[in-house]
Amino acid sequence: MHRKTIDLWVGLFVILGAASLLFLALKAGNVSSIGSFKSIYTVSAKFDNIGGLKPQAAVKSAGVVVGRVTSIRFDDKSYQALVTIDMDAGYKFPKDSSAKILTAGLLGEQYVGIEPGGDTANLGQGDRIARTQSAAVLEDLINQFIYSKAAEGKGGSQ
Amino acid sequence: MIGRFLEWIGRPVREVVEHTGFAARSLLTLLGQCLGALRRPALISEQIHFIGNYSLVIIVVSGLFVGMVLGLQGYYTLNSYGAEEQLGKVVALSLLRELGPVVTALLFAGRAGTSLTAQIGLMKAGEQLSAMEMMAINPIQRVLAPRFLAGIIAMPILAAIFSAVGIVGGYLIGVKLIGVDAGAFWSQMQAGVDIWKDIFNGVIKSVVFGVVVTFTALFQGYQAQPTPEDVARATTRTVVTASLLVWGLDFVLTALMFNK
Repeated sequence: MHRKTIDLWVGLFVILGAASLLFLALKAGNVSSIGSFKSIYTVSAKFDNIGGLKPQAAVKSAGVVVGRVTSIRFDDKSYQALVTIDMDAGYKFPKDSSAKILTAGLLGEQYVGIEPGGDTANLGQGDRIARTQSAAVLEDLINQFIYSKAAEGKGGSQ
Repeated sequence: MIGRFLEWIGRPVREVVEHTGFAARSLLTLLGQCLGALRRPALISEQIHFIGNYSLVIIVVSGLFVGMVLGLQGYYTLNSYGAEEQLGKVVALSLLRELGPVVTALLFAGRAGTSLTAQIGLMKAGEQLSAMEMMAINPIQRVLAPRFLAGIIAMPILAAIFSAVGIVGGYLIGVKLIGVDAGAFWSQMQAGVDIWKDIFNGVIKSVVFGVVVTFTALFQGYQAQPTPEDVARATTRTVVTASLLVWGLDFVLTALMFNK
């Protein structure tokens, strides 16, 4: 085959490969999620129990993603989990907003839900969300259920 | 008596060690000649055309069908948990992490590896390689190295094409045929696939498999006795050895990459 024809086909082959990688990165891997928020402010929150929350988990308010969990550490002073969150600077929340850990569906991933408060001042860089609610741990729920059932049983027999 | 028994154990061990060492030294020689081969990109491009372009059809067709089967099977399993929305993630992760690189490498060994072995084996049987040496041309640099480099370049490209086509196949079955929600299919996939951890590691895997398969093919061809029977046997050995090496390395690489 002619030299130029070969080079043409090889060029096409390489471009096809590059296009596939691009497709995988954009469509399957969502490259935009790496730096999706152009400008951010960092807030933190302490939870008694974070359940199965992981870094990179979504932070949602009214179901809309407004930030991402960047790191989770254990604070050995207060024996709580310290969760750091990058919030999209496009969304402002009152200072007294509360954060709770929620689960998407029965088997879904855990995420942080933010409920806006009523303060006039907004959360800013480095602020702490004071009011938090822990993840619902299945064992605790079952325990509660059993105790309440047992209490009911006692009340009935007397 | 005991001496003969020990000999009986020792001989195969020595042969394995000798063979492995010889293969490793050949690989080093080949790598050393690759720099020189880079000065003649035309030879490499010719081989990419031979190895890569001609493998495209089988890679695309296999990728499409593997993706479609993943879509079907994944759906039936996930459906029993009511988690069909995760289908995109299942299809994408299995393709990017395992099936893309591994199946491509196996097909590559069958499609391109065999032809490389036969080609080199026949060149050797026809004394073409010796003739080159007589003309002061290094056959390793002129014949083997361009094919080796072409294999390393072509393999990741083929694996990427395989994965991409496979995801399209899974999409066709999952979304178009079965009726999983298209938005959930793609968004769950994007939420579950990490660029570095999944896509980049898959590319690394395919590069490693490219090295292993191409080297096995060239080594078997170069070491074949110059007889029709042994060239035929060398071609078979290429497929068997390369496939086994790919499975073994895949396990090791997976254990190293995805151990969390």
